[in-house]
Parts: sequence; structure tokens; C-alpha cells
Amino acid sequence: MATHTSMNATLVETETAAPRSSALAVLHDWITTVDHKKIGLMYIGSSLLFLVIGGVEAIVMRIQLAIPNNTFVSPQSFNRLFTMHGTTMVFFVGMSILFGFGNYLVPLMIGARDMAFPRLNAFSFWCTLFGGLLLYFSYLGGNGLAGAGSAPDVGWWAYAPLTARPFSPGHSTDYWTLAVLLSGVSSIGSAVNIVATVVSMRCPGMTLSRMPLLVWLYTVMSMMAFVTVSPLTAAQIMLMLDRYLGSHFFDTQAGGSAVLWMHFFWIFGHPEVYILVMPAFAFANEIIPVFSRKAIFGYPAMVAASVGIGFVSLSVWAHHMFTVGMTAGGNTFFVLSTMAVSVPTGIKIFNWLATLWGGKIHFTTPMLFSIGFLFQFLVAGLTGIMLGSAPFDWQLSGSYFVVAHFHYVLVGAILFMIFAAFYYWYPKMTGRMTNETLGKWHFWLFVIGFHLTFDFMHIPGILGMPRRIYTYEAERGWMIWNMIVSCGALVQTAGTLVFVYNLVWSYFKGPAAGPDPWDAWTLEWSTPSPPPSYNFGIIPVVESRRPLWDLKHPEDKDSHYE
Amino acid sequence: MSDIAIVGHGPSEEWKLPSRGVVGMLCLILAEAAIFLIFVVAYIYYIGKSLSGPTPREVLTLPIFSTICLLSSSITVHFAASALHHAKRAQTTAWLAATVLLGTIFILGTAQEWYHLIYHDGLTIQTNLFGTTFYSLVGLHASHVIVGLCMLTLALVFSLRGELTSKHSNRMEVLSLYWHFVDAVWVVVFLVVYVLGR
Repeated sequence: MATHTSMNATLVETETAAPRSSALAVLHDWITTVDHKKIGLMYIGSSLLFLVIGGVEAIVMRIQLAIPNNTFVSPQSFNRLFTMHGTTMVFFVGMSILFGFGNYLVPLMIGARDMAFPRLNAFSFWCTLFGGLLLYFSYLGGNGLAGAGSAPDVGWWAYAPLTARPFSPGHSTDYWTLAVLLSGVSSIGSAVNIVATVVSMRCPGMTLSRMPLLVWLYTVMSMMAFVTVSPLTAAQIMLMLDRYLGSHFFDTQAGGSAVLWMHFFWIFGHPEVYILVMPAFAFANEIIPVFSRKAIFGYPAMVAASVGIGFVSLSVWAHHMFTVGMTAGGNTFFVLSTMAVSVPTGIKIFNWLATLWGGKIHFTTPMLFSIGFLFQFLVAGLTGIMLGSAPFDWQLSGSYFVVAHFHYVLVGAILFMIFAAFYYWYPKMTGRMTNETLGKWHFWLFVIGFHLTFDFMHIPGILGMPRRIYTYEAERGWMIWNMIVSCGALVQTAGTLVFVYNLVWSYFKGPAAGPDPWDAWTLEWSTPSPPPSYNFGIIPVVESRRPLWDLKHPEDKDSHYE
Repeated sequence: MSDIAIVGHGPSEEWKLPSRGVVGMLCLILAEAAIFLIFVVAYIYYIGKSLSGPTPREVLTLPIFSTICLLSSSITVHFAASALHHAKRAQTTAWLAATVLLGTIFILGTAQEWYHLIYHDGLTIQTNLFGTTFYSLVGLHASHVIVGLCMLTLALVFSLRGELTSKHSNRMEVLSLYWHFVDAVWVVVFLVVYVLGR
């Protein structure tokens, strides 16, 4: 892996791949690896596994709610289902899939050979994986699988004092708090790694103003993780002290405060949404320009807006707590700060639209998902504004309207961009193209299923259906809406099955991708697909924001305009 | 795959980026500071809200001596790092030993204070909100001191064996950053627990 490997030598190395080694050797290789690409792929693989589990939980809940007075699952099981679904999807799907893509892409995009701390990187991954396994071990613990074990049943935000020993006997809440703590440690480790990589490992010429926007957004997201995931970790330590050592942080009997837990949780919980959505923005920033055949519109504004969102989102958490009864001043502050977030977010949407404007748009599968993201993220933002105003929230807090709103963000925006990222970078990661026809089937099934589910989910919320109920009476008039929502969930499932089939099929049968199938501009496309373990035979030197464009169009380099 | 594009070497000017160890440690310090902040907020929020005694005023005495020791250790670790930077290995060993000694005095002071509180004043983490917040905040800090002491002792052992050279001065820099952070946190803890809370 000498620095001055010639171009031919690089080619030879990739073409004469080592013969297939035994399964044990492969396993050993993956378990001991510190290569950022393999760790990234393991992050993505493990979160896909948890995505399937969390998805099955959602389907079971939707079957239970499809008709009134259903007895498909017991109330106790239902409590466990929504707790596990929420915890899994946020911590072991959302966080880990996004860190997975970040791990894979950030070093490649800044021309580095690995992350700044490869072993810390491996540590973070295994922490997350074992955290997730610990969470699901709870189904086997306690009474065993037949008695549904002792899976957590306190909701994903685990409000005090429900989590105190007297109200949560046994170990169910311990599984939750330890799993979340592990995930938090892992997130901090990954975030430290990403920031250190971006600050210290950029290739020559890659100034901050030439970094791909994806790298910028991952940096902002990691900086946010430091100041928002840590409070959750601190709160988990307090909860554990309460449960194991008998301290009184959230023990209302001894003067402790349940509201303090809410504050600590949402100081994490709200910025967490932005931590999850930042990578979605990041994917859009790479995918939309490439398939519009235009450079991104308003690069400096995009960076400024991202940093702005990072700061403003730290001061909006109590809009989750309007119904707790804060002072008028407190309510006003959190309404205004919530509204203020929509300004930088709006700047981003306008910049994406301006990138599309006049572009030569290619409607490939990743682009379709990105366009879906643009519309759905806008709608999610609008219902966010509605819920962000205190009087409206007093009416609808804790209803299905809220559930519909945040699923619009998490599925309509974030999951759509994750799918887009899969289709966009799959050729780089595997060396094979995905099947476009199957991809389009996936997109349309998923769009239809998504809108059936989450558009119609707003209505029972407005009609007064509270979240987290395991069943309801027929006279309420919620049945038709719930039936539509549940049918939509099945259509989404069908779409997801097409997606999984496409991934597996393409891995074996997909046409070879070559290094740069999309005619893109960032450095990861200058490496072979999949990239060798050292990424770059020669450390590249860049002169503009689109180094590969410069190389392909020496007559019209970007660097001429900088 | 003949069209693999490799962005070649241009005439590169001096390209120097910050040390990844220092950046990583600064990031970790930011994250740790947020953890401490939450514990400090909880402490301040619960001042005077205990339903039973003992109160801070009854049982806490100002740990002046151990505070002086811990804060001075920030200076000694700085001298150790700069001595290593200038490849003065004997001085490095001496300053490291002084740092470990001062840190150990601090942690023994905390141990003595806790022993007194538990066995003479009957204050445990279960007694009241003061006990809960006091032991968790001071304990969180003490655990950071212990981690720092482990790393410093390791560096001291390497230094005594003559294996610590100026090649490692960057790592020593990172360690001393951590130790400065632990000391700075103590200033906050001291002000909150022993000044504001009393």
C-alpha cells in the first residue's frame, strides 16, 4: 500500500482478487476488521436486521388496531410492541444505519484511507450491535419467550415515575436503559471519530469550503450528538442509580421530579430528530445535483442553514411538553424557537428546488426517492408547525396526529432518503448495479403505502384517538381510518420485500457497475467498486468542490470559477 | 474497468491539519461536559428540596487542601508534557510523578470525606435528594479522576522504564488536555456543591 502506487498497479491489485477463503476465515476477517468500509457495511447490515424486526412489530400493532375490540395481541404485549418498535427504530435502525453510511462515505469523500480512530470505530459498532441484542434478549429473559419475557413496556421515552422500581419491577426497564446507554456510548464514539476524521484527515486541497455537503452535514450532526446524546447518557446513569442504588432523582415520593426526566429526555429527544434528518439532507445534497446534472445551488447557504439548524434545534425541546403546564413565557419561547427552525429548513428546500430548476433531470430510482422526500418533508414540516404552536398542541398532544406527524418525518423524509442512498451507493459498495425496474416497483409501492398509512393516520388523531391504546370501541368512528392505515402498512411491507429482493438479486445477478456509474463528481467515485481496503492508491489532491468533474472536463474545470 | 479515474498529484503546497488526537480529545471533552452539565443542573435544581436531613450546611466542609492539590496537578502535568516535548526525560518522569501524587492525594481526600459522611453523618445516596445528587455528581467527577490517574500512572511507568520519548509528546499532550478538563470540572463542582449548595 505504498503511497506512490501507479495507476496500473492499482488495477492489477483489484483484478487479481485473492481466492475465496473459508467461511471461518471470512467471519474472522469481519469480526476483527477496523476498515471503515467493512464497519460501515456491518452497521448497515445490522440495522437492516433491526429494521425488519421493528417493521414486524409495526405490522403486528397495525393488525391489532385494524378493527375495533381486536384481541390479536394482549394489552401487555401491545405496550411492549410500541416500546420496542420505537426504541429499535430510533437507536438501532436510525442511528446505526446513518452512522453506517457516514462511516463508509466520509473517508472516501474527503480522500482519506480510513477514519481517524479505526479501533474506536470498531468498538462503536460492536457496542451498538450488543446494545440491540441486549434489548431483544429481554424477550427471552424473565419468564421466557412463552410469557413474552420481560421486554420493556414503558414507551420509548420511558417517563418517570413509571420506570421506578415499584412501577417497573423485574428487569424490563433495565434492559431498556442499558441498551440505550450502550447505543449512546457508541454514538458518541462514532461522532468523535467523524469530527476528528473531517478535521484531521482531509486530502490536500480539500479545504472546508470544498468539502462535499454530505461531509459538512455529518460534521454538524456529530457536533449535535456531543451535546444531545450525552444528556441522555447522563439521564440513563441517573435512572440506573435510582433503580439499582435507590437514589431519588426521579422518585416523586422523596421529592424527586418526574418533569426533570422529561426535560432531560427531550433535550436529547428533539435534537435527535435533527440528528437523524441531517444525514437524510446529506444524501439529498449528493443525489439531487448528480441527477439534475447541475452543481448544488447555494452551497454556502446550505452549510450555513445546516449549522443554523444545529444550533436552533438545541433550544426547542420543550415543545414536547406543552401539556405539562409550563409558564406562558416558557411556552412562548419554545413556540417561537420551534417556528424559527423552519427558516433554515426552508432555505434548504428552496436550494434543492433551485438545483432541480433548469437541470436535466434523470428519474432514476434514487432520484425518485429524493423527490418523494422533498414533498413529504415539506408536509411533515407543515404539521410540525401546527404541533409547534402551543394551543394546537394542547388539543392534539398524545393523539394519533402526533404519531402521524413524526412518522411523516421519520419515514417520509428519513427512510425515503435512506432508500435513495441505498440505490445510489449500492453500486459503489458491491460493484453491482441494482435493478431499476424492481427499484421503481419499490418506489411506487412504498409511496402509495406510505401515503395510505400516514396521510390517513392524521384523521383519527383529529377525531381524538390517543396514541398507545391497544384497542378502541366501534362507536368511536375510527375504524375506517384505522383499516386504511393498516392496509397501507401492508403495501409498504410489499414494497420493502421488493427492496430486499432487489438487494439480494443484484448482489449476484446485477450488471457490473464500474467505478462511476452515475457520472458523479465526488471522490468516492474515483475508486474502484467496491473500493480496495486502502481506498486510494494515491492520495488525491483536489482543487474544487467537484474533483471528478475537473478530471473528466479538463477544458472546463470548476476550479477556474473558484 | 480501464476508465478508473485517479485524481493525481498536483503541485501541492504545505498541507497541515490539526492532530487527530487533540481533536478527538476536544470532542470527547465537549461530550463529557454535556454529561456533567446535566448532573450539575440536577444538583442545582434539587438544592434545598430534600424532604429530610442531613443538609449540606450540617455535614459538608470545604475541601480546600485537596482542591489545591488537584488544581496544582494541572500545572505539573503541563510541565510534564512540555518537558517531554523538549525531550527532557528525567524532568518528565519527575513532573509525572508529582501529578500522580497530587491526584492521589485528591482522591484520598474524597475517600476520607465520603467515609466520614457515610459512617458519621449517616448520609448515603439513599438518604435524601442531597445525598442522591451529591454522591452522583462528586462520584462522577471522582471516577474521571481515577481514569485520569490510571492513564497518568501508566505514562509514569513507561517513563520510569525509559520508554517514553519525545515521539510520544503528542499523546502526552492529549492526556494533559483530559487532565486539565478534569480539573476545570472540579472548579465547577466545587462552586456548585461547596459554595452555592451550602
